[in-house]
Amino acid sequence: MGHYSALAIAREAFRDHRGWQRAWKSPEPRRRYDVVIVGAGGHGLATAYHLGKNHGITNVAILERGWLGGGNTGRNTTIIRSNYLQDASAAIYEKARSLYETLSQDLNYNVMFSPRGVMMLAQTEHEVRGYRRTAHANALQGVETEFIEPRRVKELCPIIEIRGPRYPVLGALWQPRGGTARHDAVAWGYARRCSAMGMDIIQKCEVTGIRTSGGEVRGVVTTRGDIDCGKLGIVVAGHSGHLAEMAGFRLPVESVALQALVSEPVKPCMDVVVMANTVHGYMSQSDKGEMVIGGGADGFINYTQRGSFSHIEETVRALVETFPMISRLKMLRHWGGIVDMTGDRSPILSRTPVGNLFINCGWGTGGFKAIPGSGWGFAELMAKGESPLCADLGLNRFREGRFIDESVAAGVAH
Amino acid sequence: MLILTCPYCGVRCDETELAPGGEAHLKRFGPGSSDEEFEDYLFMRANPNGVHFERWRHVYGCGKWFHAARNTVTLEVYGTYSAQVHAPPQEIRDAVSNRVPGWHWKDES
Repeated sequence: MGHYSALAIAREAFRDHRGWQRAWKSPEPRRRYDVVIVGAGGHGLATAYHLGKNHGITNVAILERGWLGGGNTGRNTTIIRSNYLQDASAAIYEKARSLYETLSQDLNYNVMFSPRGVMMLAQTEHEVRGYRRTAHANALQGVETEFIEPRRVKELCPIIEIRGPRYPVLGALWQPRGGTARHDAVAWGYARRCSAMGMDIIQKCEVTGIRTSGGEVRGVVTTRGDIDCGKLGIVVAGHSGHLAEMAGFRLPVESVALQALVSEPVKPCMDVVVMANTVHGYMSQSDKGEMVIGGGADGFINYTQRGSFSHIEETVRALVETFPMISRLKMLRHWGGIVDMTGDRSPILSRTPVGNLFINCGWGTGGFKAIPGSGWGFAELMAKGESPLCADLGLNRFREGRFIDESVAAGVAH
Repeated sequence: MLILTCPYCGVRCDETELAPGGEAHLKRFGPGSSDEEFEDYLFMRANPNGVHFERWRHVYGCGKWFHAARNTVTLEVYGTYSAQVHAPPQEIRDAVSNRVPGWHWKDES
């Protein structure tokens, strides 16, 4: 695998770009690996990457039913932030955010991390109080955020209507080092490094069964043959419940559709990410100029990767109220992803009732921002059996009542 | 767009007229039950990709709760029925079996 650099571009320019290699190999699956990861999305690939980089485990296969990064990794609105209230959440999301800062250099792949700042509008008195509290909590957690006044909101993002008729902007929780990154590049960059470390990324390989004996995992049955493994990691977002059923346990997870849409490209008009949780919508502008818009998840179980039109209507209505200038923008594309929601809206990174089988799921509507931190923590959990980042995110917290309740703390949009 | 017929008032409702209420036919556990039973009741969900029985409320209509049998992959609705039952009635089970060969009701209560 060649090293990407300005020099490499110059060199290739002189030989008609014939020297570029494939970013990752597509090998045939072997019969046995030390570790098998199910799901080649951001979280699965980041887990594999950190297994190799931090723990020296490179006899790893990453199995993917569809194509690499084709699930929620390629369907999110690319927002990165870590302004969470609870300590356990702030720790893992801030770990992820800080890893994003140098991810392009670490992976030698431009993930276009853009720390342009994330602003969460406070549009009710309750939100003002809530975000002030979060800002204090973040100060204690070492996460850089501040509560800003409406005038500063208008300075940072002039296209916001701060004196809206229904919900005037009363302030905002501002995280200057939050931002966006190129979601596909995150998956591709990790895949390239994993492949370079000798790991096998096997696409179009669906897991149809999980083999266990004596309460321990032995391997998986796939559409491309049986594969034995020492340890198995399930990192499949919306389909986690389905995989857990194969292994014989249940999860406190429900899968629902979350939608997003992008507009036609327009000239630069906002250089921050804005989330309006009261009216329920969030928006940022991509480097191509498209306005990237996300809204709420459906309230019922849905595996179709398309959601209800009524939710799109709600989101657009909310955003037109907040940003009147977008009212005549044409929308170009609209899509949905299946997200796995837990009871407390916090993720599960945990051992399972089956020995050597680990699960990373429940990221709900906010998984993209967590990819590097999730990979770091989950790799540690799989390699060593425990990880400080995952300690409070175990499956047993539901039984023991130790919730990490971000559904209340972070409002609806994650 | 999901359309369900309210079994009480007979109105064909667009989903904006309804509020989803999650998995149906859960067995309630309360004081005196084990931690496992209580956890199961509160948090664990079948979450199938396929046939699902669920609760809905006709909020912007008659206000009543009812049950629906629906497919989470195709969004096909097999039928709606009264909330006053602990398991889907035979005609609903038949409607599902007709469309999904090999399906059978798993009584988990």
